Amino acid sequence: MGPPLAREAYSRLMKAIEAGKFVVTGEIVPKKSATFDEVLETARILRSSVVACNVTDNPRAQAYLSSIAVSHVIQDNGVEAICQMTVRDRNRLSIISDLLAASALGIRNVLTMSGDHTSLSDNPAAMPVYDIDTAQFVRLVRAMVDEGVDLAGNKIVGKVKMHVGIVGNPNNEPQEIELLKIERKVRLGADFMQTQIVFDVEKAKHFLDAMKKYDMPVLVGMFPCKSYGTANYMSTNVPGISMPAEFIEALKKTEDLPVGVRSTKVDEINFDFFSGLISEIRRTTRASGVHLMAPGYESMVKKLSDFVDLR
Amino acid sequence: MLIITKKKPLDKILEMSAPYGRIFIIGCGTCATGCQTGGEEQVKELSCKLGTKVIGGVVVESPCDLRLVRRDLAGSRSALESADAVIILSCGAGVQVVGEQIGKTVIPGLDTLFIGKVERIGRLYERCRACTDCLLFETGGICPVSRCSKSLLNGPCGGMSEGKCEAGGYARDCAWVLIYNNLKQQGRLSEFSKYREPKDRSRKAQPQEILNK
Repeated sequence: MGPPLAREAYSRLMKAIEAGKFVVTGEIVPKKSATFDEVLETARILRSSVVACNVTDNPRAQAYLSSIAVSHVIQDNGVEAICQMTVRDRNRLSIISDLLAASALGIRNVLTMSGDHTSLSDNPAAMPVYDIDTAQFVRLVRAMVDEGVDLAGNKIVGKVKMHVGIVGNPNNEPQEIELLKIERKVRLGADFMQTQIVFDVEKAKHFLDAMKKYDMPVLVGMFPCKSYGTANYMSTNVPGISMPAEFIEALKKTEDLPVGVRSTKVDEINFDFFSGLISEIRRTTRASGVHLMAPGYESMVKKLSDFVDLR
Repeated sequence: MLIITKKKPLDKILEMSAPYGRIFIIGCGTCATGCQTGGEEQVKELSCKLGTKVIGGVVVESPCDLRLVRRDLAGSRSALESADAVIILSCGAGVQVVGEQIGKTVIPGLDTLFIGKVERIGRLYERCRACTDCLLFETGGICPVSRCSKSLLNGPCGGMSEGKCEAGGYARDCAWVLIYNNLKQQGRLSEFSKYREPKDRSRKAQPQEILNK
């Protein structure tokens, strides 16, 4: 058995966690596309590897295909969605409306996020909305699920069934502030957490240790790197990420290899590193699983998922 | 604390004023003087730039106060009557009050930016959004509405790194880290940790008026 959950499990994700399975979740990043072709292809590849799959909501404030629509179609194709929703692009009316739609469509996991600021957007003149923040978003989902009402107390017809997830960042400093912020959301009734990308096992352990006091499943975020370029970009652009020098150096050396050999070597480096990280986290912490973010590198998600299942 | 303004580009002012033959210029003796955008000096400077079509100019103590507009424009009545348009170097409130009073075409000479702090010339910072429900006691004297890029009431967000804000490339301090530091120093961290309900936006959803007797 897994950790005791505070509430009834509605989703495949939460049922697996409740049953004590070490879960693997994946990620689908919709683009500025007027078709579902690409996301369905990714869903097809990930289907057998993950218990559920995050669908991003306009990451970096880029206006992309809707996370709710994509969540719906991947679920129709056999992949449970963890629908990411930011508070950047809609006011509380729109968020309530979208949550009702998500529940009615059978979307059972929602991951609440602030959303990258519009100053980073592909439409930088857009209005940043932020009518409510993520703590208030957690409170809203609890009111809808537990009490059958919206933020203003208006009654909802039918039962809203969904789990509300939050994001935590083991890399962020000052960590004391990060932990207080998380505690606020745990008190409000967050169901699960997925962390930002972690490379440093000690940071992950330290963070998970601080999470131990909560009965809240935590999935540790990881980012297999398809190339040295990707690793270098992440290392340079994601604050506090602490990518180990040996990992990035090993990937750098593959740049000199012929293309065919290079991808095999890149796979080997990633598999060795992440299988080691997963094993260590599984052995030493109470993490409920890992969240593998590998857009365009779904083959590695499959390999790591198979590794997790072998244990 | 001032309403912070900046000068519109001269080309823009020339374009707006081009159709009018006789122009009168009105400055602001309070905020725009403090910002050096609409004081005596700036009224003179703009008069020189526009040349002979300017038939006069005056600085009103506070163009946003109808009583002071009436008082300070009394001496310029005949010039104002003969003017085809009036350029006003004040915030948007001043432009409207003066416009209503004189009944002429008004040309805003400034853009209104924010309510802010003046540190010194060229160093001005937004500090208030007039949100109608001041939180400064519980946020350690730092306003999250005006100083957090997302105006979060339960911050910080994931865009904070090492005390800096993602908006603007990690150059500015995260307001919620400043709030944390102040509250910690004051021994009031429970104010940081507590949950704040969503703001009642209805107060800002319509033009606000105070109508006491």
